[in-house]
Amino acid sequence: MTELSKTGAAVGEPARAGDAPEAFLEVRDLKVHFPTDDGLVKSVDGLSFQLEKGKTLGIVGESGSGKSVTSLAIMGLHRLGARGKNVRMSGEIWLDGKELVGADLDEVRRLRGREMAMIFQDPLSAMHPYYTVGSQIVEAYRVHHDVSKKTARTRAVELLDRVGIPEPNKRVDMYPHEFSGGMRQRAMIAMALVNNPELLIADEPTTALDVTVQAQILDLIRDLQKEFGSAVIIITHDLGVVAEIADDILVMYGGRCVERGPVDDIFYQPGHPYTWGLLGSMPRIDREQTDRLIPVKGQPPSLINVPSGCAFNPRCPYADVPKDGITRTERPELREVGGRHFTACHLSQEDRSRIWNEEIAPKL
Amino acid sequence: MISYIIRRTIAAVILLLVVTAVTFGIFFILPKLAGQTVDQLAQQYIGKNPSPEDIAAVKRNLGLDQPVYEQYWNFLKGIVSGATYDLGPTTVRCDAPCFGYSFKDHLEVWPQLTSRLPVTISLAAGAAVLWLLGGITAGVISALKPGSFFDRAAMGVALAGVSLPMFFTGQLALLLFSYQLEIFGRTYVPFTENPSQWANTLFLPWCSLALLYSAIYARLTRSGMLETMNEDFIRTARAKGLRERKVVVRHGLRAALTPLVTVFGMDVGLLLGGALITETVFSLHGIGEYAVQSITTNDLPPILGVTLLAAFFVVFMNLVVDLLYATIDPRVRLS
Amino acid sequence: MSETETRDGATPVGKASAEDEKPLLKVEGLVKHFPIKKGLLQRQVGAVKAVDGIDFEVRRGETLGVVGESGCGKSTMGRLITRLLEPSGGKIEFDGTDITHLNTAGMRPLRRDVQMIFQDPYGSLNPRHTIGTIVSAPFRLQGVEPEGGVKKEVQRLLELVGLSPEHYNRYPHEFSGGQRQRIGIARALALKPRMVVADEPVSALDVSIQAQVVNLMDDLQDELGLTYVIIAHDLSVVRHVSDRIAVMYLGKIVELADRDALYAAPMHPYTKALLSAVPVPDPRRRGAKSERILLKGDVPSPIAPPSGCRFHTRCWKATEICKTTEPPLAALKPGQRVACHHPENFEDQQPQDTKAVKTEATAEAPAKEK
Repeated sequence: MTELSKTGAAVGEPARAGDAPEAFLEVRDLKVHFPTDDGLVKSVDGLSFQLEKGKTLGIVGESGSGKSVTSLAIMGLHRLGARGKNVRMSGEIWLDGKELVGADLDEVRRLRGREMAMIFQDPLSAMHPYYTVGSQIVEAYRVHHDVSKKTARTRAVELLDRVGIPEPNKRVDMYPHEFSGGMRQRAMIAMALVNNPELLIADEPTTALDVTVQAQILDLIRDLQKEFGSAVIIITHDLGVVAEIADDILVMYGGRCVERGPVDDIFYQPGHPYTWGLLGSMPRIDREQTDRLIPVKGQPPSLINVPSGCAFNPRCPYADVPKDGITRTERPELREVGGRHFTACHLSQEDRSRIWNEEIAPKL
Repeated sequence: MISYIIRRTIAAVILLLVVTAVTFGIFFILPKLAGQTVDQLAQQYIGKNPSPEDIAAVKRNLGLDQPVYEQYWNFLKGIVSGATYDLGPTTVRCDAPCFGYSFKDHLEVWPQLTSRLPVTISLAAGAAVLWLLGGITAGVISALKPGSFFDRAAMGVALAGVSLPMFFTGQLALLLFSYQLEIFGRTYVPFTENPSQWANTLFLPWCSLALLYSAIYARLTRSGMLETMNEDFIRTARAKGLRERKVVVRHGLRAALTPLVTVFGMDVGLLLGGALITETVFSLHGIGEYAVQSITTNDLPPILGVTLLAAFFVVFMNLVVDLLYATIDPRVRLS
Repeated sequence: MSETETRDGATPVGKASAEDEKPLLKVEGLVKHFPIKKGLLQRQVGAVKAVDGIDFEVRRGETLGVVGESGCGKSTMGRLITRLLEPSGGKIEFDGTDITHLNTAGMRPLRRDVQMIFQDPYGSLNPRHTIGTIVSAPFRLQGVEPEGGVKKEVQRLLELVGLSPEHYNRYPHEFSGGQRQRIGIARALALKPRMVVADEPVSALDVSIQAQVVNLMDDLQDELGLTYVIIAHDLSVVRHVSDRIAVMYLGKIVELADRDALYAAPMHPYTKALLSAVPVPDPRRRGAKSERILLKGDVPSPIAPPSGCRFHTRCWKATEICKTTEPPLAALKPGQRVACHHPENFEDQQPQDTKAVKTEATAEAPAKEK
């Protein structure tokens, strides 16, 4: 491993714009905007992070926070289809030394499925209902490998077996609707891994599944990552899932990163009031019931009229702690608050630790 | 799967029986309910100034004074084993399948239908191929570039195609390309005799008919494609790194076209029962023209025959659609 | 089933106040089978045994949580006790009245007392109706004229669930998911019901909003003295909201216990596996996951559930008797009923039977790994 992997898995200061980074995946100031009749939807508005091979980054956020849009942007999927013409993307995405935002569509296509692959939330709707599971995996393999259908089929059976599907020789010819939910997600994973991708993006891979199946799938992803040494991005709203599997966590709110850092820091020393809110909102299975949950008040922001200043300020109980109403006028930049731990918040270091230690941590 | 096919086929046969019974009922019960006497009803089968003997013959042959179910039974028997019509001086043997006898034209209905069927089939098949090609292509291109110039133009033409009546577009085409420019012939020639002549004469009716239908199909395809291309499995296909063309054709189109199969089956079924206006405008001696003629002369047996034939085609095409659906969509086979 | 009854009779109850009262809802041997028709003649060839003989009761003022994986019959159960579905067998008693087979007219008074909240805050509100129309619908359906008029009452309800009374004339699409769920709750509360059955009330909502709705339901229970049956797959939420919890597996209740007892010392192996599978939002416990039980395979089909104990095909403790004899739901500890021959955290009920059943799908025993 290189020196970089020692300093950090997924988080660090991005290098200067334009230069190829040393990190395996580096996203710099990514913006994804969609013009609509109602106005410009700023789904992702200036996002930067890094990820090394063999490491797992968890992207956490609520619906509309831009987490899924980020993953689709890395895969270059926004630029396709009828909406593709309208999307406004800027910034840089570097994958293994290649820049993807400005790259030719066909160049990105050749990377898609081979160097980077994706698993989706609902495996039933994500697989084509008219084709057998096997033929869909075969197709994924043959896009990038010039082999006969027979060879590809052998490969498909091999992968179905690897992801723990019983009787893969028989299952390969069955249709998605004949699989159970867990089996379908396994098949989806087999399809994503058929070309040994170096980056695997899993968008809410277990949200549609039962807990016992979720545990199986998370285990499988962990094992496969160990085996293939790929970089993994897990996108989820479930803090339990990231606590289980991620090395680093990136918390998104209103299209921006509000906090990112090593998983322990995010859970035990979170620096952003929104992260505090997420932790307080969550019923805990591992603790005696505290009297009440501590929800975040109000509603998530509109991505068309993102609140000025800090996007979280209308919902933030501490918006008035920093003086001169700076939270409403000035957008906070990500600042390092600990080793590789960054927070975009106007609270001073003293206020932050005081509030966390005195007001938040005791109630969690 | 086999039990599915058998079940559907049985359902189709039952449906057909119900349709014949209802049609029969309309022709033989409604006049009675309207207060017509048996004599008046019989008179309708013959035309102006019938002799009492003629009326009596019709009454006797159709059993108009017998109960309706008896008449229906006789009619069904005629289809299976033929019937004999005793017209006083002469007797006419109407061979199975006997779908009635026109007392006005003194012709059996079934041979009329069979001789005209090739014309109608030629018309329907050719038009269907054209409208499928035109409609689906236009629909797909529109859907892939919604709001583009092509989309707006195609949907404009589609709107015109749906709105303009056949007797306008048909007559216009006939006038321009057949009478003025003399590119296309006007007399139907069977395919077996001269394929190029056959195509030459049918080209204008094909196009006129196809314009109407491809307009509808373009719109259906467009909306189907727009919906399908937003499906999750399309995103998966793209995530594999497939070329966009393959994503559209292999993953998008196949799913988008499934609902079109239903509509297509219905349309073809109906057309095979006779394209009334098109055949009349282009003077094609098909089923539709036969129906129009019979209606204008108020000749009931041919009308009944054409109705039953049309019903048969609709039911038959429905069966075909059901089976086709099960082959296209593996999920259907389960239910 | 009778065996369950007799054993249950002696059970002391967790809450002292509930002891002298009869339960609000009493369910005995409840069954719902959905027929499957097949073949040429569409003969019934089998049935989906969605709910297959369950007994439980809901006490006044308590929250009963019902958990289980998809297909375990928990939603069907919810629709049966609100009589949105007709039971195939068994008995449902609400406040002493047998409501098992009441017809629509007979159900009318009950509809006031029992209300349901659904999962999908998008699908369950008619997009063409204003919030006022939606929330006042129960008044119209029941022909009730609330004190002070419908509009005033609806606005009071909107305030009660934390919405503004000015929202009266707005449409559902103007609201976010959490607000729509509040509207659903306002509608459910319109007729002052005594029991509310909530089927996955928060699973479609974001975490921060989920907490708002959970707190709201909590407050309303205190304020209005409601009894809740909350059906959910999220064991963390269920732990937070419930007084007692029923765990379902393949149409059966396998464990029914007080909340704290269940989470502290689950007795049914399935409950244990289920609890251990929940991801814990505590990264430091990742290393110490000795308790993790990984169930293998899928839940068997409810069309042909396994013989004996339905969980035996996936259970690491299963022995011969589990294959042949269905364990009764018995009160092994005060406030904890379990249907298992070899319960966890308790003495073995069938110690003589030691021949283990091993099938391919059997779970790994709690392993000390990693």
